[in-house]
Amino acid sequence: MAITLTEQAARHVANFLQKRGKGLGLRLGVRTSGCSGMAYKLEFVDEAIEDDEVYESHGVKVYVDAKSLPYLDGTELDYGKEGLNEGFRFNNPNIKNQCGCGESFNV
Amino acid sequence: MALFQISEPNASAAPHQHRRAVGIDLGTTHTLVATVKSGMALVLNDAQGHPLLPSVVRYQPDGQTEVGYAAQNWLASDPKNTVLSVKRFMGRGRKDIAHVESLPYDFVEGAGMVRVRTRAGVKSPVEISAEILKVARARAEAHLGGELVGAVITVPAYFDDAQRQATKDAARLAGLNVLRLLNEPTAAAIAYGLENAAEGIYAVYDLGGGTFDISILKLARGVFEVLATGGDSALGGDDFDQRIFCWVLEQAELPPLSPEDARLIMTRAREAKEFLTHHAEAPITVRLANNRTIDLTLDAHTFAEITRNLVARTLQGVKKALRDARLAKADVKGVVMVGGSTRMPQVQQAVADFFQSAPLNNLDPDKVVALGAATQANLLVGNKTGGDDWLLLDVIPLSLGLETMGGLTEKLIPRNATIPAARAQEFTTFRDGQTAMAIHVVQGERELVADCRSLARFELRGIPPMVAGAARIRVTFQVDADGLLAVSAREQTTGVAAAITVKPSYGLSDDEIAGMLKDSVSHARDDAQRRALKEAQVEAQRLIEATQAALKEDAHLLDKAEIARIEAAIAKLQTQVLGDNRRHLTLAMDDLAFETQAFAHRRMDQSVKRALAGRTVEEVNAIAERAGEERREEKTNEGSAA
Repeated sequence: MAITLTEQAARHVANFLQKRGKGLGLRLGVRTSGCSGMAYKLEFVDEAIEDDEVYESHGVKVYVDAKSLPYLDGTELDYGKEGLNEGFRFNNPNIKNQCGCGESFNV
Repeated sequence: MALFQISEPNASAAPHQHRRAVGIDLGTTHTLVATVKSGMALVLNDAQGHPLLPSVVRYQPDGQTEVGYAAQNWLASDPKNTVLSVKRFMGRGRKDIAHVESLPYDFVEGAGMVRVRTRAGVKSPVEISAEILKVARARAEAHLGGELVGAVITVPAYFDDAQRQATKDAARLAGLNVLRLLNEPTAAAIAYGLENAAEGIYAVYDLGGGTFDISILKLARGVFEVLATGGDSALGGDDFDQRIFCWVLEQAELPPLSPEDARLIMTRAREAKEFLTHHAEAPITVRLANNRTIDLTLDAHTFAEITRNLVARTLQGVKKALRDARLAKADVKGVVMVGGSTRMPQVQQAVADFFQSAPLNNLDPDKVVALGAATQANLLVGNKTGGDDWLLLDVIPLSLGLETMGGLTEKLIPRNATIPAARAQEFTTFRDGQTAMAIHVVQGERELVADCRSLARFELRGIPPMVAGAARIRVTFQVDADGLLAVSAREQTTGVAAAITVKPSYGLSDDEIAGMLKDSVSHARDDAQRRALKEAQVEAQRLIEATQAALKEDAHLLDKAEIARIEAAIAKLQTQVLGDNRRHLTLAMDDLAFETQAFAHRRMDQSVKRALAGRTVEEVNAIAERAGEERREEKTNEGSAA
């Protein structure tokens, strides 16, 4: 399994990175918090950490730390719109249930 | 399913804790909303993809309010209920508004601020602005998918306290939490300074729809410092439209127009101005209500000619700001162009000629302020961590002070002082037994209170009765990060304090004038003379009162002829005090001083005899020293009286 970006998501990430002027790639992660136990992390990467797993998808490097990987394996990150709002969407096959807004989940 | 944005490393928000913040450029003609998404500042478009929200509010017959393009369509056909450029009325009285006679609104004088009578009732500029901000807020929340934590709203550097307070009130009315008010040129510098990271002295030339601001900024190691600001709060793109409007009236020899026709010609004038940015000539075709058609062609050269003095006025502001910053134009490394009006070729050319270098304009001049405000908002809500922190110093646009005896201004915080700022000064009583002091807070550069803007008045009561000059009242001025002012007064000897929050009255003093800075220069000599006269009058009044008090107490030291001469001198001085001839006044004061010389000696002898009875030489010396100190202190204290 792996972590992948849709082509559209990759294009946006590349654009943001270019505008930001620095950064190695994109970090996906999870941490324990939120109403349903876990929450996603989506950050720019300036420095890789030792136990990072690195994937490449449509030219964008995706970093995932070893602890987060079991909860994210197989995830596809998409980019989409909801009305005027736009942003990234996690399609994570490991999720059993999530809170109403999808910001918090458990596996 | 939630939509996510990319955060800075280790700055991911907890679920449901997104700190949604926006920057709002509440402009005279257009309003913009921007935010930082995934590390990038961007302007938020409406559902049709328009980045600009016209700052136009229309009160519809059905009681609804519409804002933006929908309202703009009604400018010509429903001018009395469709308010444009409301920013010009914020915290302003009727007489402060330029070209008030050519505006189609029914103005109503209100407490401190002009109001507009519409079919929905009498509306204050704060309420009208709040309608614009509500739409901006709704747009932001639709884009960010939830409620805003806060907003940074930009204001012209020139806005005084009343105008800033009015802006804050409008935001609050629109349900926005104001993180900070930010000067527009400073916001532009944030947008440029951070993205280009260039160090040096920069000028920000901001010619918007209704205001002109010039700021001299220093960018060094990521730190912004505003060295000086200046400009004209009643000069902008609208004035260029107005020139074209007048030109059309002249060319077509039009009689006085109905509001509908006036509005229509104004709209055509604006269109012609915008057309001339990329074309050599612009057609102006107007069909008036009486079916007369006006068909004119305005060429770029004529346009530049009829607006030449407007452009020249902006350059005067630039020169003054440079003087304030003690810099020459050669010190300026670059000029940042802000505001849609800087698109006009003659403006670009004039600025380039003045600074002998091409101005920076690689960011959209309409968006740059909003982008900078969004960056600041993002920082203030804590979405950005480590490394990129920068300090932002802002300055006070007009001096803040209070009224002293004789209607003179005592400046406590000078113009261009960096904010936040706090300054205190001691004042004293003017009359024996004075138990209250009126504190009148003013803003402006002129020497006389009547020429400055009145911000607030309050009274410090409960001063224990003391001889004149004995009470020590410490007045503290504090300006917070938004440029808003709080004043407090405390009587030092007894600790009687009146902690008072100044609520800007939005009001105008009797002789309030627009363009206070310009006036302070053109009236500098006049003001100095008037100040000297007022000071002499205050001094003469003090002399008369002191002499009368002495006569009451020690008349036995004088013979009848001497008393008569002193009284005659007092009478003469009393008539001169009311006049405006300083030389005659000084002469009359000299006369009185001369006539009372012998009297003063005799009183001195009498009190010395009383005081020295049975004392040693050392004690006498000590007394003399103390007397000397008291005299010096008297000189440093400025009198103020209820």
